[in-house]
Amino acid sequence: MDAHAVSTKEYLVKKEPYYEPQGDEIALFEAAYRNQIPILLKGPTGCGKTRFMEHMAWRLSRPLVTVSCHDDLTASDLVGRYLITAAETAWVDGPLARAVRIGAICYLDEIVEARKDTTVVIHPLADDRRILPVEKTGELLEATSEFCLAISYNPGYQSVLKDLKQSTRQRFIGIEFGYPAPDLEQRIIVHESGIGPEIAEKLVKFAGMTRNLKGNGLDEGASTRLLVHAAKLMVTGIEPRRACRGAISEALTDDAEMLAAINELSASLF
Amino acid sequence: MTPSAPLSAIELEEKLDEYLDPVLSSRRTATGLAAMLAEFSRGQQEFVLRWIGVIAKTNAELAYQFAAQAPAGLRLMDPDDIESWIIQAMDTYDRMGLYPASAVFHEGEAYAARVRTRVNGMSFDDVSGILEIFVRGLSGRPLKLEPGDEVYTDTSTLFLPSGLARLPNKDENFRLYKAMAAHLWAQTWYGTFRSDLCGLFASFPDQDRAKQIFHALETVRLDARLAADLPGLHRDMQRLREDLDEAAYPDTWQEQLCALRAPQASVQTTIDALNTLYGDVLPAPICYQGTLQAGRVEQVMAQRLAREKDQLRAALARLLDDKGRRTELAGLEGEPKVDSERFRVERTPDPDQPGKWRYELTIDGQLVTPPQDVKAMMDSIVQDLGDIPDDYLVAAGDGSYQRDGEEKNPDDVWKGTYHEEGAFLYNEWDYRRQHYRKHWCVLREIDVHPLDDDFVTRTRQKYAAPIASLRRSFEALRGEEKLLKRLKNGDNIDFDALVEAYADMRQGMEMSERVLTKLHKQERNIAVMFMVDMSGSTKGWINDAEREALVLLCEALEVLGDRYAIYGFSGITRKRCELYRVKRFDEPYSDLVRARIAGIKPEDYTRMGVTIRHLTRLLNEVEARTKLLITLSDGKPDDYDGYRGDYGIEDTRQALIEAKRDGIHPFCVTIDTEARDYLPHMYGAVNWTLIDDVRRLPLKVSEIYRRLTT
Repeated sequence: MDAHAVSTKEYLVKKEPYYEPQGDEIALFEAAYRNQIPILLKGPTGCGKTRFMEHMAWRLSRPLVTVSCHDDLTASDLVGRYLITAAETAWVDGPLARAVRIGAICYLDEIVEARKDTTVVIHPLADDRRILPVEKTGELLEATSEFCLAISYNPGYQSVLKDLKQSTRQRFIGIEFGYPAPDLEQRIIVHESGIGPEIAEKLVKFAGMTRNLKGNGLDEGASTRLLVHAAKLMVTGIEPRRACRGAISEALTDDAEMLAAINELSASLF
Repeated sequence: MTPSAPLSAIELEEKLDEYLDPVLSSRRTATGLAAMLAEFSRGQQEFVLRWIGVIAKTNAELAYQFAAQAPAGLRLMDPDDIESWIIQAMDTYDRMGLYPASAVFHEGEAYAARVRTRVNGMSFDDVSGILEIFVRGLSGRPLKLEPGDEVYTDTSTLFLPSGLARLPNKDENFRLYKAMAAHLWAQTWYGTFRSDLCGLFASFPDQDRAKQIFHALETVRLDARLAADLPGLHRDMQRLREDLDEAAYPDTWQEQLCALRAPQASVQTTIDALNTLYGDVLPAPICYQGTLQAGRVEQVMAQRLAREKDQLRAALARLLDDKGRRTELAGLEGEPKVDSERFRVERTPDPDQPGKWRYELTIDGQLVTPPQDVKAMMDSIVQDLGDIPDDYLVAAGDGSYQRDGEEKNPDDVWKGTYHEEGAFLYNEWDYRRQHYRKHWCVLREIDVHPLDDDFVTRTRQKYAAPIASLRRSFEALRGEEKLLKRLKNGDNIDFDALVEAYADMRQGMEMSERVLTKLHKQERNIAVMFMVDMSGSTKGWINDAEREALVLLCEALEVLGDRYAIYGFSGITRKRCELYRVKRFDEPYSDLVRARIAGIKPEDYTRMGVTIRHLTRLLNEVEARTKLLITLSDGKPDDYDGYRGDYGIEDTRQALIEAKRDGIHPFCVTIDTEARDYLPHMYGAVNWTLIDDVRRLPLKVSEIYRRLTT
């Protein structure tokens, strides 16, 4: 059992991840971190939540353990399980237990995707007890002051089935993320892809058009991430309309009519 | 004679006599028709005869008309096009009757010409879906698209031609459609109508000329705006003009063109230009500019502004109320401030182009974030007027902001003249045509009138013992947790397996890897829709049994936690299909629902197809891994206007096929002893069950449900 000896190094964020603050989220996060309150990031997909986490981990020089939740994620997947090696059983920590041990920031991405019973595992960690009971080994992991729990969720496409329970959400400090303001979004695209500001401006405009369509056949408008993808394709020499089609339209919808309309919208800008 | 040899005139006449008998007489025989048809190949003859038979089932006279026009049609079109020609005529017959339908056949040549242009042209239906989304994406108030004789907008709808074949291929014609839509959108977006155009044109001696010159000038301005904001679109539009060899603007216009193309130009610039160029040459209209209908715009805009003014003022009153300051102020100061001084709106352009505005609404100097709907309203007002006038910023008086509660009572529809507003329209499958009849059925949702008697209580008492055992057996189903053993991956060690494996290893055998267990929770994720026959034939015993069955089911399902909804269906004729809400998915099993179950009573006929289509639509809105549609029925589909026999069965079958395509499992519980003859065809061999004793229905239904979902 050398789970305790896991080095923190592999989870450290070494280079400063590029991040443009949208508002006071950095200060808010730091304050929450100092007060040992867990954090809930809300916002549509691709608006920079994960990047923000990387940036904060770097800022606070803490290792970052990220878990992307899915509907098969069990409590053991988070806490840990016994594995059998060479005729003996060995306990292996799950990412959450590991993060508690090394005092890392544990980021559970898209938490509502996980099964309901899984979400409950984080409850004792997310209040002032700050403990993680590991039933199988009988251990009671106590989090140090360095440990921090953060979860994210997208209120945009919530169905009744995938809502965050009150008992979960009321343990967190909420930070809301939207799409960045246009000039900021433009700057982000320029920085991430190296494309010229005029094209970036058009991309932002195009994103605005697709966001107009949210609720009218589109579940989500184009995210900043998609814009960066499109810009990168363009920098590599793909013709702008084609790049928008590949990186944005096709990513947003499969519906033929919607696809054609979005392509027309991008074509009217480039 | 070989089988593929053409039929002779005599043979043809015999067949035609058979189909067309009701409309033939001694003076009107099929001899002439037969002679004309005799010239065609056997395949073509059979094609025509088959369709004559199909049409004759709908209307013999229409079939005669087709027979008379078929030879000409065969020379002009291939069979696929003839088929769509026939379907168009029959749709016309469904909608408007015999004479317009016959006219479709008489205009075969025109139809054939349209078919030819269709190859290169685009129709409104081809493009409207895409363009509607396109225009909405461009921003501004949502605009509807409708086909019209002229290309224009009234600022709420864009009217586009029903077909376009001006350019040599589909792509180009689509581009022209798009240019038209974009141009009309630009009129609504860049403020063409922000000035009193009717009054302006009237001030010129020749109104029409003034209008045309204004439109030409305004088009220049809008083109320049589009060039700045949507360069790609502008390029497309300019290319269209080049392709169509449209003339450049007259030299005398040059000076004004510069002014119109300046970024700060507004509709006032266009009006100034009109004053200068009124007597000048009038250039030919541009392919996408359409017409200006200032009168209609004025009408529509006046209505909308009046409504939005009301709504905005009502919303402001609500905002005040929310703050609770309205009464407070009145109480403290005795004399409240004039409302118009209390609200201020600061508007700054949101850089998120193409142009939205940011509003800062202040009440008594305090910043308030306007709710989304208020913001949309302000956007729309600004789009029309360019600003929000002060008299809009006055809170409505007490009580006057209830105006939006204009919900209509579905029953009112049947009073006075019949109309289809607010109802759902569904297609119906005509198996003889092998095509849908479009928008054939009119369906309306109505609440069952709740009946507060002791029916539910009595039923619960009567079935007390079975209900208890039902509850137990359903409880057992709930969230079954199973310990899966001997797994390669799992949460826990399967010690039995491990010991065994270890022993095996010691014995020198290969050690099994399957030594773990896993707790597997089978989550029920089921949504079930019950569709209850409320036709007249259920009167008496059957109705009682149905209601009892529903009570037992609800009791059991409440234990289980599956989502369920109950709808009764009945109706008379295609124009009056009724769906009775007993319980929606999002409604709890309340006293009201119980009273509605008690209130289920026999109504009229059984038109099943349309009901299935509507319930499918409701089920589609629910998210569940398994979706069930369970019908309780007492017989074949049957309605007053020909919906019986094969027709009804085939339509129902088609509706069920559509449901299955959407991932819904249909199932039918019937008490009709003849069900064997038609239910397997409709629902499939295993998806139905017959209960031959009505008295057993209540208990059986729950049992069947349990079997179906485990």
